[in-house]
Amino acid sequence: MKTMETIRETLPDKKGHFGQFGGRFVPETLMPAILELEEAYEEAKKDPAFTQEIERYLKDYVGRETPLTFAKRLTEEFGGPQIYLKREDLNHTGAHKINNALGQALLTQRMGKKKVVAETGAGQHGVATATVCALLDLECIVFMGKEDVRRQKLNVFRMELLGAQVISVDQGKGTLKDAVNEALRYWVANVEDTHYIIGSVVGPHPFPKIVRDFQSVIGKETKEQFEALKHKLPDAIVACVGGGSNAMGIFAPFVNEASVKLYGAEAAGKGIDTGEHAATLTAGKVGVLHGMMSYLLQDEAGQITEPYSISAGMDYPGIGPEHSYLKDMKRVTYEGITDQEALEGLQLLSRKEGIIPALETAHAIAYAQKIAKRMKPDESLIICLSGRGDKDVETVRERIGGQADE
Amino acid sequence: MSKTTLEQAFQKTLDQGDKIFVPYIMAGDGGLDVLPERIQFLEEAGATALELGIPFSDPVADGPTIQEAGLRALEEKVTLRKVLRKLKETKHDRTIPIILMTYMNPIYAYKIEDFINESVDSGVDGLIIPDLPMEEEDRITRYLSDKEIALIRLAALTSPIERLKKIAEKTEGFLYAVTVKGTTGAQVEFAETVGEYIKELKAMSSKPVLAGFGVSTPEQVRQLSQYGDGVVVGSKIVSSFYEEKRGEIVDLINASKK
Repeated sequence: MKTMETIRETLPDKKGHFGQFGGRFVPETLMPAILELEEAYEEAKKDPAFTQEIERYLKDYVGRETPLTFAKRLTEEFGGPQIYLKREDLNHTGAHKINNALGQALLTQRMGKKKVVAETGAGQHGVATATVCALLDLECIVFMGKEDVRRQKLNVFRMELLGAQVISVDQGKGTLKDAVNEALRYWVANVEDTHYIIGSVVGPHPFPKIVRDFQSVIGKETKEQFEALKHKLPDAIVACVGGGSNAMGIFAPFVNEASVKLYGAEAAGKGIDTGEHAATLTAGKVGVLHGMMSYLLQDEAGQITEPYSISAGMDYPGIGPEHSYLKDMKRVTYEGITDQEALEGLQLLSRKEGIIPALETAHAIAYAQKIAKRMKPDESLIICLSGRGDKDVETVRERIGGQADE
Repeated sequence: MSKTTLEQAFQKTLDQGDKIFVPYIMAGDGGLDVLPERIQFLEEAGATALELGIPFSDPVADGPTIQEAGLRALEEKVTLRKVLRKLKETKHDRTIPIILMTYMNPIYAYKIEDFINESVDSGVDGLIIPDLPMEEEDRITRYLSDKEIALIRLAALTSPIERLKKIAEKTEGFLYAVTVKGTTGAQVEFAETVGEYIKELKAMSSKPVLAGFGVSTPEQVRQLSQYGDGVVVGSKIVSSFYEEKRGEIVDLINASKK
């Protein structure tokens, strides 16, 4: 049962609230589907056959468990704690996203639905969803902002190779937030035969809980692996936070372990004071978007503002409601990391450990370097290496090359 | 004006043997200055009450026509605060009841309590919040209990009968029967079951039942009004104003008259 047990059964509460956050702010047309999903999920969780099926796919198809790698040269470079990397980059499709996509696709089958809709920003969640839909013979429709389609042509083609239909979203500014809006609208119109596989710990209840639970396999493995190695708990864990699913996944089994410090790296883009960032928890205000109450980037009148980050996966104006709660409870410390710092983090890990991380993940590496300065050599810091950087090589080349040319 | 004003206006229309007609317009589409004149036009054309949309950056319940009208209003820098101010200034120039349609976030950003008080002062009679199902509505109702503003609930084609009963019981002003599985906007044809659904709601509700979402021709106004007490027409009114085809609006409203 290890992939399905949730560490804190008490949160969210029955109405899907994490304190004041979360909830179900959706049109009435969707409410029955959301209630059905909640029921189906709670039932599935108790069914050992469902749990075993997920575990089998995670092992035989995704390639879990992923290693916990001791980063010797990065440890030396930082000159502080022992650095470990939880290698979600080694999953099939190259990131943690598939943990959730797989779980929800199996849930879709269980609910007797044949069609899946998803949103994607850079395309990682879209590719993961298209992948599991091919595997499980589900029809797959992915909404992607027009601007993102243009920037991520290869991922669009990947999804199409996998048999998915990619729909370019023209509404709004044509980015991730607009893709979520269109996916929600599509779901409203097709709710009876379609499941919405949301890509992060966001959206209306029960999505933040379901996605956290499916991703918490990251934290559970980490806990067991570190225990086997060191016979104790790690001292600190750091993860990047866009919507927040890899962070929630690795944090979940540690939230009640008070001795383990938890850190989340947000995208500070060109700097918080430039206004061009995606640092929702640092610079946002509480509000309601995409079915949830959470911290959001918005103006005085409550209009959602466009986020910016070099990394498309961090480029979201909201954040999972549980993160908002953990921030207000002061259980997790969140800090903004700029594009520049992330680029340096990416190069550092590439050269020191031979691992090119995703730009999202690079935010966690840059933050780890800051945290390491405050830690001692007999302590340990785990970085959630949420994804590999193949998809970002072109972006990075443009940025680094551009600077070298100046 | 008040909750009572709204109910009286509905009753008056029904007593005349007409059906209720509630047009929707996007506040600030074309600028806020044109708002009082548009309200007056709709009042004179015979609308029973007016649903006034507040622009929002992420309107998930709306189709393309209203999304685009919202974006135009946002380009005019229209905010909920400015709309309420305009309504307050022109409060004595109108008798038609005003129902605000706004997503939750602009209200929350305003501060819920301040928004309610300011709405009362501005002569707002009713409130429709499309992303506030009954599971979350206590965040608003706790401030509304002693206020004369009707919180209008939406029923959906997908809602099971037990939910419909609860929604019908709770609603104030009227019951908004959403007639499509989808967003607002023009609809070619309604499902055959829509008539039965509206009749079912009519049997459950002590308040008038109005059909809305996708009603866009005089024929549809007549067709959908016959099952309940009238209709809400949104996207079509929005595009008629935008294209300066006001004759279409008159035709739609006239279709609700006996």
